[in-house]
Amino acid sequence: MTETTEIMTETLILTEALKTALTARFTALADDEITLSHRVAEWTGHAPLLEEDIALANIAQDELGHGTLWLGLRAALDGSNADALAYHRDAAEYRNVPLTELPKGDWAFTMVRQYLFDAWEVLWLDTARQSSYVPLAEAAAQALREEKFHLQHTALWVERLALGTPESTRRMQDALNQLWAYALGLFDPLPAEADAVAAGLLPDVAALQTRWLGLVRGHLEGVGLSIPSASELSASPLPYSRSQHTEHLAPLLADFQRVAREFPESQVW
Amino acid sequence: MTAPSAQTYWDALRGVADPEIPVVNIVEMGMVRGVEIGEHGVRVRFTPTFSGCPALHVIRQGITDALAAAGADAVTVENVFSPPWTTDDITPEARAKLETYGIAPPAPNGESSLFMTLEPEAVRCPRCGSFDTRITASFGSALCKRMYVCQACREPFEGMKSV
Repeated sequence: MTETTEIMTETLILTEALKTALTARFTALADDEITLSHRVAEWTGHAPLLEEDIALANIAQDELGHGTLWLGLRAALDGSNADALAYHRDAAEYRNVPLTELPKGDWAFTMVRQYLFDAWEVLWLDTARQSSYVPLAEAAAQALREEKFHLQHTALWVERLALGTPESTRRMQDALNQLWAYALGLFDPLPAEADAVAAGLLPDVAALQTRWLGLVRGHLEGVGLSIPSASELSASPLPYSRSQHTEHLAPLLADFQRVAREFPESQVW
Repeated sequence: MTAPSAQTYWDALRGVADPEIPVVNIVEMGMVRGVEIGEHGVRVRFTPTFSGCPALHVIRQGITDALAAAGADAVTVENVFSPPWTTDDITPEARAKLETYGIAPPAPNGESSLFMTLEPEAVRCPRCGSFDTRITASFGSALCKRMYVCQACREPFEGMKSV
């Protein structure tokens, strides 16, 4: 993740507050991509089919590429270093949603999580293509073309497993029950993001949630799965957020960051 | 000795192969957007293909090495994201080379809808030319490829994703 990206100068004037909001969102996006990429890559060599092993390795690589894009956008704003951010922040400093740090679980869990995330990312990117912050609009257009392949792939797996055998259906419903509340965490607005949304710099996550619900509800219910009800969700709210992680993030980062921390002077691996 | 011309540098860049697909070079793949000779050396405007593609590091180094060998004192490789690279930027010559190499070239991209459908364009078998093919895996050995099989000649083959 070392290359720097020269960002085109734009006429838009960014106040410090807007820069802070953009930096926070780029960090959140990058951390989602990095942690999910790591979880997906854990299937390499272990997936149930060779083709799926390859597919997940591809998806993990794409998500890591997107993480690099977001950290490049952040670097252009605050002069930070992508490698330092990825490899030398501890769990308490990571700003990913708890959804992406949960252990990979079984195949159904992996596919449901990836599907819910892909649908969010496709919609976020689609909206961000219109951002008045040109570097974001360009990066979103690039990433969207790759992300669409993920959504196509995971939407098919959701259908295949939900309509497969009683065992696969049961596992899909279990995964959805566990993941749904975590997925909704994607739509929590970041602190101080409102002005950047009003200025047309960042997508409005509340509006995205409506689109996302329409998309995933239709697909999931269409293949016979049921989405946890609002009353079930409010009965046991999640105690986790982008700044309050589960116990699973620290071990993930220990694995992901190990080589970089053991050999801090190395430039290439 | 006169300084090398922009044409010399373009020719040098035609010697830089895509490490994933060594039969094609980065110019005919549409990855080079511009070559500018300035006071501080040569600046290459380079468009990444897939953002997570590990070959990009190798290609950037290849650009620097090739231009240095062609006489450039200093080389800067600048990433350009706009407009994003698309498989429509691949030249007809490179498409023919891909097909000869056994990789079905990408179908025209167009502005595809947000939610893609399964393979709208028929893909031609690079071995026998039949359109009686089907996709066997949505992802392949590199981010830019997917897997197919020809139902006419039974040959499995790779095809480039259309983006």
